[in-house]
Amino acid sequence: MSIGLNHYLILSAILFSLGIFAVISRKNAIMVLMGLELVLNSANINFIAFAKFGGMNIDGHIAAIFVIILAAAEAAIALAIVLNIYQNYKHVNVDEIDKLKE
Amino acid sequence: MNLVDIVFYFFAVIIVASAAVVVLSKNIMYSAFSLLFTFFGVAGIYVLLNADFIAVTQLMIYIGGILVLIIFGVMLTTKITGLEMKTGITGKAQYAIGGLSTLVLGGTLIYVFNSTSWFKSPSVPTTSTVEAIGASLLTNYLLPFEAASVLLLLAMIGAALIARRK
Repeated sequence: MSIGLNHYLILSAILFSLGIFAVISRKNAIMVLMGLELVLNSANINFIAFAKFGGMNIDGHIAAIFVIILAAAEAAIALAIVLNIYQNYKHVNVDEIDKLKE
Repeated sequence: MNLVDIVFYFFAVIIVASAAVVVLSKNIMYSAFSLLFTFFGVAGIYVLLNADFIAVTQLMIYIGGILVLIIFGVMLTTKITGLEMKTGITGKAQYAIGGLSTLVLGGTLIYVFNSTSWFKSPSVPTTSTVEAIGASLLTNYLLPFEAASVLLLLAMIGAALIARRK
């Protein structure tokens, strides 16, 4: 059985599940961010796979580019917020951060 | 097994194994470096899917930008010399419930993907996609393209403003 669309979709499903698991179970805010990056990557694999197997449609590639742009903006903002949290709390454990301001 | 199959399984094993290390490793630095291999594997999958421009973008933005940013974040928020590198989980119960719901989610996704009969067009020979992407960005997708540039400017100003030491 040669490699078809389903192989790519299953790969991205596994990557998506791993990312969601990191978001749910990890304590460190940066680990949560890494999980988010895994989720976005799996979505991108789906876009590109559908673009190829749907007759090399370029729209899927454009969607993937916008996902990458959003991921870059999200990572920059989220890390700035995480650094601010670290200055106030001296840790970045998401389950212990329960105040918006001092 | 022809060459495409071998290359696909090679990258798939790299992606799944390194993503598992990212998710399950106790040491956050191992997670950050393992993320590098995940991104490389995904770039390889893009090349396999004839998406040359996206693959290069993945290498430049994810590995050159986001990963470096994440490693900076790790270094600035953990004490490298102490035991603080170890990051825990939110709790045993949450770990179990999270793992269970993740397995259910992944199983459902794989079942849905397998049971759907997707539309498949006959494969067309392709050359470089850069020209088509460029033409498409400046015609059909001009407004989202400009909006994305404004978004990136806002993100840059916002990140500098938020992270500034008071």
